[in-house]
Amino acid sequence: MNKIKVAILGSGNIGTDLMIKLDRSEILEITTMIGIDPNSDGLQRARELGYETIDNGINGFLERPELADIVFDATSAKAHIRHAKLLKQIGKQVLDLTPAAVGPFVVPPVNIEEHLNADNINLITCGGQATIPIVHAIDRIQLVDYAEIVATISSKSAGPGTRANIDEFTQTTARGIEKIGGAKKGKAIIILNPAEPPIIMRDTIHVLVEGKYVDQDRIMASIREMEKEVQSYVPGYKIRQEPVFDGNRITVFIEVEGAGDYLPTYSGNLDIMTAAAVKVAEEWAKHKLSKVTVEERG
Amino acid sequence: MEKKREIRITEVALRDGSHAIRHQFTVDQVTKIARGLDEAKVPVIEVSHGDGLGGSSLQYGLSLTNEMELIEVAASVVNHSKIAVLLLPGIGTMPELKQAANLGAKMARIATHVTEADVSPQHIALAKELGMETVGFLMMSHMVPTTKLVEQAKLMESYGADCVYVVDSAGALLPHEVRERIRALTNELTVEVGFHAHNNLSLAMANTLVAIEEGATRIDGSIRCLGAGAGNTQTEVLVSVLDRMGVHTGVDHYKLMDVAEDLVAPVLEKPQEITKDSLVLGYAGVYSSFLLHTRKAAERFGLDPRDILIELGRQKIVGGQEDMIVDVAADIAKQRNITEKV
Repeated sequence: MNKIKVAILGSGNIGTDLMIKLDRSEILEITTMIGIDPNSDGLQRARELGYETIDNGINGFLERPELADIVFDATSAKAHIRHAKLLKQIGKQVLDLTPAAVGPFVVPPVNIEEHLNADNINLITCGGQATIPIVHAIDRIQLVDYAEIVATISSKSAGPGTRANIDEFTQTTARGIEKIGGAKKGKAIIILNPAEPPIIMRDTIHVLVEGKYVDQDRIMASIREMEKEVQSYVPGYKIRQEPVFDGNRITVFIEVEGAGDYLPTYSGNLDIMTAAAVKVAEEWAKHKLSKVTVEERG
Repeated sequence: MEKKREIRITEVALRDGSHAIRHQFTVDQVTKIARGLDEAKVPVIEVSHGDGLGGSSLQYGLSLTNEMELIEVAASVVNHSKIAVLLLPGIGTMPELKQAANLGAKMARIATHVTEADVSPQHIALAKELGMETVGFLMMSHMVPTTKLVEQAKLMESYGADCVYVVDSAGALLPHEVRERIRALTNELTVEVGFHAHNNLSLAMANTLVAIEEGATRIDGSIRCLGAGAGNTQTEVLVSVLDRMGVHTGVDHYKLMDVAEDLVAPVLEKPQEITKDSLVLGYAGVYSSFLLHTRKAAERFGLDPRDILIELGRQKIVGGQEDMIVDVAADIAKQRNITEKV
């Protein structure tokens, strides 16, 4: 089967975890790891695994654009703004894992279909990836007036970027809950818990639905279906407790255990981002390959 | 002549007390209480949702009245007192802090879990930029050794905080533990040190006096104990005690007693006392605002609230994780059902 070539920009924890996940993909071929520090663990591992490595950042890739059609950007929001422009100019599809939000928000099981030809998409936040599917699962049965999510992650898995700009997390996630989840109003809260051993990422979704009568059975079926759909690309995603129905209020408890590829299993918050990125790229690849087939036939 | 000691009191009933009345403050109550506190010359009055700006939520409880409205009315009736707001990064955001400053808040208290001070630099910097007096508020201080507390307090000092508080959110600290912590901070910091107590183990007053003895110069109290859990150090009592000790607070304790009796007591559904569950908050080291949420969950699952609190303490749940109460209660109920069936 034909594979679509991809490259990773950013050889840090996220980039390295992506590399390991991509190695398993049946439709994506990871060819290149792009970093700025030749001694970084990510670039060293990439060399060991036999991938092309570029250690002078985006410029090195611009000289060899044939290495990939899809690029994952796991650098920083600031760097991504520059990368996005340059990669667009050479016609690459870009998955943005930073909070830059240059492109539209994508949560794979909710709106990937709308963005199969996008040149740049953004994955919101880990809290958004974990909770927006559930908000949408409820909203598609009964309109959601208000959705509020609480993401609790272990202190160890919250990097300096998240910490220095914590408002970005709450504000971006809230926007995603509204725009993609469908809630009329969204709110997000993030809590860091320093317990040792580190806790697994947990997300609680509190929702108020429209109307007095709540169709509990249909909502539950929709939530369970969504759980399976997310599990198809994030195996450690699960509903922890029976959701609580109280009048027009619904509370859903989620746990996200990481796959433990490069990052430890407690950091489900990072795993769900890399897993969602691979999922989006796979959908893009399928779409590209189907177009090629149609053209060949034509 | 002995140097006269001075303590600056912050009244937290209109913020911490929000937990005790399920965030149901009205404009009328806040107007009257803020005016009374101002007349009694209380230097600082904190007004916010119990969980700080932006705290109104399904997770913590929706506010009956928008906190911005409460901040605005409080600021409009005070001549002497400064209005403070609380902000927990991760819950509240910078736009909310700006809005509060525009409405007349003159002090920002930026609160983080005791190990997570590094989520606060942006908010502390913004507060300073807005010309607000700025306090770093290290919650759940009982959960870490003193060395860690000092390290985190120094971070807040480095971000620009004018004062750092040791916050005993669970009311779990014992007097010798308060002594060690305040002593270390007054030695290591150049900024002022504050102390915030909860009375769950009936130690709020004793701990506060120890803190003052060790050099803390800012103290929180809640009038009539209108605070989360069993309330905080009772402000009108503290002011009277300090007066007897010859410590100057500038507060008119006679007037403050009137405010407590005439204006604050009617706000409480019942008088604050140390109930078995608030006692267990302190004993197990659980965030005081969990009290009412735990009672509700205990009722729902047919459990003793103490069993839920002990388990929350064992799991080292931190402030803000109110969703874990139902989660833990459901787990306990499940286990019991299995045991019963066997």
